[in-house]
Amino acid sequence: MSFYEGLLFYLLAATAVLPGVMILFSRDIVHAAFWLLASLAGVAGLYLYLGADFLGFTQVMIYIGGIMILIIFGLMVTHKQKISLSQLAQKRLLVPAVITGGIILTALLYVINKTTWKPTASEEMEPTSADIGYLLMSDYLLPFEIASIVLLVGLVGGVYIARRKEREA
Amino acid sequence: MSFLTEIGLNHFLVVSALMFTLGMMIVVMRRNAVAVLMGIELLLNSAALNFVAFSRYVSHDLNGHLAAIFIIVVAAAEATIILAIILNIFSHNHSVNVDEADLLSQ
Repeated sequence: MSFYEGLLFYLLAATAVLPGVMILFSRDIVHAAFWLLASLAGVAGLYLYLGADFLGFTQVMIYIGGIMILIIFGLMVTHKQKISLSQLAQKRLLVPAVITGGIILTALLYVINKTTWKPTASEEMEPTSADIGYLLMSDYLLPFEIASIVLLVGLVGGVYIARRKEREA
Repeated sequence: MSFLTEIGLNHFLVVSALMFTLGMMIVVMRRNAVAVLMGIELLLNSAALNFVAFSRYVSHDLNGHLAAIFIIVVAAAEATIILAIILNIFSHNHSVNVDEADLLSQ
């Protein structure tokens, strides 16, 4: 493991984690959306670092290309010129947030340190797309079909819920 | 110093734990429903990152990748539904503050 690989990891990790702080404290919700974009890109980079090429590009296409567009669209529709103060991150919620975050982080770090993971010697990284395709059509056929039904239900349900008001009016 | 340069499983677990914590804090602290949705996306991403890290360093197969793919699928469906619900709440309340959205029907 060379020095530059370590440096690359820390750069990617910072890209994935630090935007979370910016989302937490940014006053403009649109800025928060673009920070989320940076965080998702950092996670995509970490996937590539782990040798998951298919997942890295899936992350870019689905999250950055799809879900982020949805979120920004939702922001634009619900954005009001005069943002009421109650919609910003509230100072009174900082203490509960820090307590929740502290408990979760302490528990997670305790478990990570306490457990003796058994990492085995790493193999060569290979392209994963073909094997993922074989797995989706063999071992994971049922979850694959269920996932397509989930997406169909999500699509129909989303259209129905978003249009319901108009129909009743 | 070998801990700093030798990147292993624990590094990814710590990154994932930090992302999970930040996502949880966003869900607790932000009052804008869309910002809460962003926090949920961070939570899902940290879980998927854990799956891929275990797949790389422990099991050496693609099961973790498949789990991450299904997480992404569920996240896409979930984001669609949540945004539809947020649009409904907005047209009803004229606000996306999650504290004001406390009615299940009019």
